[in-house]
Amino acid sequence: MADAKRHAGAIFASQAAVGLTALALWQTLVMVKVLDPFFVSRPSAIMERLWQWIVGGSLWRHLAVTLEESLLGLLLGAALGISLGFSLARSPFLARVFDPYIKMLNAVPRVVLAPLFLLWFGLGIWSKVALSVTLVFFVMFFNTYQGVRDADRVLIDNVRMLGATERQLVRHVLIPSALTWIFSSLQTSLGFAMVGAVVGEYLGATRGLGYVISQAEGTFDTTGVFAGMTVLGAIVVIVSAGVTRLERWLLRWKA
Amino acid sequence: MIELERVSRDFTTPDGRVYRALDAISLVVPTGCFVGIVGPSGCGKSTLLNIAAGLLAPTAGTVRVEGEPLAGINRHATYMFQQDALLPWKTVRDNVALGLTLGGIARPEAHARADAWLSRVGLAPFAAHYPAQLSGGMRKRAAMAQNWIIDRGIVLMDEPFSALDVHTRQRMETELLAIWEGRSAASLAFQDTAEHASRANRSTESLPLQSTGGRAFQASPDRKTVLFVTHDLEEAIALADEVVVLSAGPAAHVVARHPVALDRPRDLLELRTAPAFIDMYRAIWAVLREEVIKSQRAMEAARG
Repeated sequence: MADAKRHAGAIFASQAAVGLTALALWQTLVMVKVLDPFFVSRPSAIMERLWQWIVGGSLWRHLAVTLEESLLGLLLGAALGISLGFSLARSPFLARVFDPYIKMLNAVPRVVLAPLFLLWFGLGIWSKVALSVTLVFFVMFFNTYQGVRDADRVLIDNVRMLGATERQLVRHVLIPSALTWIFSSLQTSLGFAMVGAVVGEYLGATRGLGYVISQAEGTFDTTGVFAGMTVLGAIVVIVSAGVTRLERWLLRWKA
Repeated sequence: MIELERVSRDFTTPDGRVYRALDAISLVVPTGCFVGIVGPSGCGKSTLLNIAAGLLAPTAGTVRVEGEPLAGINRHATYMFQQDALLPWKTVRDNVALGLTLGGIARPEAHARADAWLSRVGLAPFAAHYPAQLSGGMRKRAAMAQNWIIDRGIVLMDEPFSALDVHTRQRMETELLAIWEGRSAASLAFQDTAEHASRANRSTESLPLQSTGGRAFQASPDRKTVLFVTHDLEEAIALADEVVVLSAGPAAHVVARHPVALDRPRDLLELRTAPAFIDMYRAIWAVLREEVIKSQRAMEAARG
């Protein structure tokens, strides 16, 4: 255990070293005028900008909007994806009927949908939630479908022999089997939920991190663009650490 | 009692041909009898068990269970599978209690009864563990408790111990026989009435896990009916009252039936070197050997 801890410490130290080295290199190259700060900004300016955002409070306002959209997108996408995945997995007939349509819809690049959603749902959060849903839905749908279809035949036979009704079979075997797939894809789903929200904001919004980045780009403010990207990156790392812990707890029965 | 009458089962192969796995099998497993089924691998032993369980319908022929024609799942039977069949996301206790909770018994009572079974199979300290945290032998014991806790008259077992090492396997076989023989004592205690007065004496002195004495075995209606499939002839003879030999597939049929006249309770550690056991092994192996050779030839032919 102490050994594992020391190992984790070494990894963290190395990670920090990689990041700091890259930042130092970047800063130095700008200072010796190899790189032009107009195009790439510089770490010290980005930090300064971040500090201004934090102190001024604008960061929290935009971040809250983006997170709200992502969370709504995740929940709605999951609800739709899981219920449809479950229904189709239980009915081979419906699965065949819907198969080409699902493939077609999944092949549509989401960016082309964004203007449509703006038209339908307006500039507010719901057009971003919709974009988020189109991304999360398919991950959830495919994982649920696979999870139910892949449920171990022996487990199904065993609970049936133990006296399970159809409903009990669903509850004790099929849902838990699908949940293992769904939990394992939670990282991907969460990432997609945020991508959907940010891209939506980027293409037309009045608030949110995507909006901040697109505003900065509109005025050739590279410092603002990099600061926005830094916030996004940091949020993903924090959220994914949380999801990893959640996943470990939910799938604790796996040795 | 399980009665199979000219039971056949066909499967359609991926290239559209019909493959006959079982051909007109007739077999009666009397109540309280332990019947072992042996045959070369791939001869359809598991198919036969699945038909008796009601998980698979026969293509032709009839199955009767306790006198009634079987339709759908066999509600008189439990089934112990070759593979791990414990639900991996439930604790050992919840797994053992599953048959009770599915039947609508409240969780506190189901858990209390599960705990009693867990101590009986020596798993009490592992009640809160998940199956993945147990060894193979422990998982088998949990599966045994999961099946025996729902007190059904028939027990179907499909090579339940084949994945275990030799020593663990022998222990599991011993435990299986102890539980199976123990049931008669337990049920005698329940039937402590006037018409069973003569037996009642014995029941008071025998605890559930002890056997009812060393008399030569006749099928006892107090014990569960067991249909035990294995590819291991030694295991079949050591455990069963009767060994049924199936032919090599396709179209497997019964080629021989041998009653096993060995006293119970049996000491499985000593039994395998006893002359009576060895004689019996030789006699049945003479029949089984032919089928194993046929099956190997068929496999080589198929491989080209």
